[in-house]
Amino acid sequence: MSQATNGAVMAAEAESREFLVFSLGEEEYAIDILKVQEIRGYENVTRIANAPDFIKGVTNLRGVIVPIVDLRIKFHLENVEYGGQTVVIVVNVADRVVGIVVDGVSDVMTLTPEQIKPAPEFGVTLSSDFLSGLGSLDDRMLVLVDIDKLLTSEEMALVDSTSNR
Amino acid sequence: MDIADFFDTFFEEAEELLADMEQHLLELDVDNPDSEQLNAIFRAAHSIKGGAGTFGFSVLQKTTHIFENLLDHARKGELTLRADLVDTFLEAKDIMHEQLDAYRNEEAPDEEAYERICQTLQQIALEEIGETLEAPAATPAPLFKAEESAESASETAGNQLVVALLNVSDKDRTLLVEELEQLGEVQSQSGDEKRYEVILQGDISADDIEAVMCFIIEPDQIEIKAAENVQATAPAASAPPVEAAPAAVAQAPAKPAVKASAPAAASKEAAAKPKKAAESSSIRVSVDKVDQIINLVGELIITQSMLDQTVSDLEDQSVGNSSLQNGMSLLQRNARDLQEAVMSIRMIPMEFVFSRFPRVVRDTAGKLGKEIELITEGKSTELDKSLVERITDPLTHLVRNSLDHGVEMPDEREALGKPRTGKLILSARHQGGNILIEVRDDGAGMDRDRLLAKARENGLSVSDTMTDEEVYQLIFAPGFSTAKEVTDVSGRGVGMDVVKRNIQGMGGRVEIQSKKGEGTNTRIVLPLTLAILDGMSIKVGGETFILPLSTVLESLQPTKDDMYAMAGDDVVLKVRDEYLPVIAIHEVLDVENAITDPTRSIAVIVQGEGRRYAMLVDELIGQQQVVVKNLEDNYRKVPGISAATILGDGSVALILDITGLHRLSRVKKEAGKIVNNQHLSFYKEAEPS
Repeated sequence: MSQATNGAVMAAEAESREFLVFSLGEEEYAIDILKVQEIRGYENVTRIANAPDFIKGVTNLRGVIVPIVDLRIKFHLENVEYGGQTVVIVVNVADRVVGIVVDGVSDVMTLTPEQIKPAPEFGVTLSSDFLSGLGSLDDRMLVLVDIDKLLTSEEMALVDSTSNR
Repeated sequence: MDIADFFDTFFEEAEELLADMEQHLLELDVDNPDSEQLNAIFRAAHSIKGGAGTFGFSVLQKTTHIFENLLDHARKGELTLRADLVDTFLEAKDIMHEQLDAYRNEEAPDEEAYERICQTLQQIALEEIGETLEAPAATPAPLFKAEESAESASETAGNQLVVALLNVSDKDRTLLVEELEQLGEVQSQSGDEKRYEVILQGDISADDIEAVMCFIIEPDQIEIKAAENVQATAPAASAPPVEAAPAAVAQAPAKPAVKASAPAAASKEAAAKPKKAAESSSIRVSVDKVDQIINLVGELIITQSMLDQTVSDLEDQSVGNSSLQNGMSLLQRNARDLQEAVMSIRMIPMEFVFSRFPRVVRDTAGKLGKEIELITEGKSTELDKSLVERITDPLTHLVRNSLDHGVEMPDEREALGKPRTGKLILSARHQGGNILIEVRDDGAGMDRDRLLAKARENGLSVSDTMTDEEVYQLIFAPGFSTAKEVTDVSGRGVGMDVVKRNIQGMGGRVEIQSKKGEGTNTRIVLPLTLAILDGMSIKVGGETFILPLSTVLESLQPTKDDMYAMAGDDVVLKVRDEYLPVIAIHEVLDVENAITDPTRSIAVIVQGEGRRYAMLVDELIGQQQVVVKNLEDNYRKVPGISAATILGDGSVALILDITGLHRLSRVKKEAGKIVNNQHLSFYKEAEPS
């Protein structure tokens, strides 16, 4: 490899971002890996009464009380089941720790800016406001979710609208 | 260390100095002032001025400067103290405190207050001593800063001091010399790191210099000696000052500043010793760090109880091991001890709260024209820091109320055969797992009939059969006031309900005992800490909840005969001639698989905000101490739930909020039991404005 191409690769690497890819039903989604704190199994969730149905409740993460959100319910997917394969991605957004339930985590992908296409204006259940784009990788399409915006949005009801946290 | 760290140190020290100042001012005997106390007040003002100057807080510096000059005259006996002067001094102290707070919050201090107090103080100086404080023209030394020069307006001749700095690093030395230049004229400076001598010209006393320097170095690093006086010093500057010093003290007894400095330095040294001892036995730690330790210990306790459960499970399967058992019980004891020790770090004595009351009582009594003696008991009783901060306002309100409505006017008291001076007792003591704070007065007491009449006037539902305690509790009803006249001290009827709400917010309660003509005793019962809660764990369906034990009165098995339906959905339970609203937890919190037949469930009688309710639960599990975890850190406020905790098996249990649940159940019933997914809207409805 020549010097020039080497430099180009490095520049692309500098701008490219890493994403954690997870599946919800048949669809593939991805979030910025830097938001992810850890991945754990789904267990021991205490229900919170009168909360929206996609808020499964709270769990104890080493002494911290963490709310658990099921994105499958939020995105109106069918066949929401909880089993050994059900995974919780613990993310850090807006100084908060939140767990999101997904069907499975597949891998970590590096996407260059060229691979990230702007999200089209669509979406009734998932407003394009909450997307940072669509990632195309060979023949796969990844829905890149702006997890910050999604989880702090009013419709997620995770944050007190009165507080500015 | 960057400059911001010094800022914090200054703020903390200045706050302590202001508190000291206030205490001394309050203790000051106006007719026969103790010179040591006047000196202490002066020193406090001076130290604040020095620090404020160093950090460029000019408004604070100027205020303290004028104040300090007046104090200087007072301690020299040139200013005769009067009670109203002391009041002005106290006001000046308050304004300095406000300025300090403003600087701490990086805001501009209140200009108006600053100008007002400066004028008042200057007026005093003019009237009492016939001297204008800001008189830079009178000063012959042009090098002096304008505000500094005023200090020496009356005696500008000045004297010479040799300030020796011992073991001071180059960097600090430059700072210190700059400081000294502010205080007077630096004639010469020489020496090395071990001993650096600065000869200073100006009318400053040794303890002034020390007070300023102490912000940067320790008192024992400074040595201050008087050099020969001005007239004779022209050549002396180069002479070894160590030799000159003793001679100078003997030679120059006429110089007032030198005379003052020698004993003052001695007394300062004496005072510095105990202070140092206290310093070495305590450290300043940020509350965040302490809270982190408390959290970690909380985790340890949870882990320990998880292990404990596993061990007892093993025991049940008869695979237990006696040494494992012993180890576990040892671990349990150590963990509990550790927790107790850590919790005690957050505990601070009630003195922090009580120390502000001499001032409150003095001001209030003065305004009302009453004579009050304040007695405080149990100052050393310890309470959690967060509670100490939150109890101050309610307690101030209760004290003011007691002074205003409780204690009679002196003449009235005399006519009743009581001493003219009323008594107000503030006491704190531990009682079981609680702290009991009392506000006691020997005033008129509460008038049951007047309270009842007033309550009727205000449209509250009362009856003559109410117990005294219930009648007294009426004063906590919103908008209730029996004061014949509204004064600016109290009597607007706002406040007492807030007092009660605040105290309940801390998990405490207020009780009133009163005897007509003999006085009133208001008792506040508070838990020792907010981090740990005595809870009763209950089971509904498959879910476990925690009820704060302090709200639980009793539990019973309801029978069909005692349950009455009211207007549709409402159900009441008759318990000993009292009808209590029934809250079925499984309905309010939508718990599945719960017992729905009330006669098969258990009714727990709970009390919240003065009202009683019957809560229907499936099962009582038992009492346990739980570590309170905030739900709002990562989630949000949940109606009917006050917080969460982690159980022995590692799962999360929610702590119920009685009054929240009651509101929730009413909102739900109004909404026709349609559960709105947007619990946001429903929470807002439930929350009273």
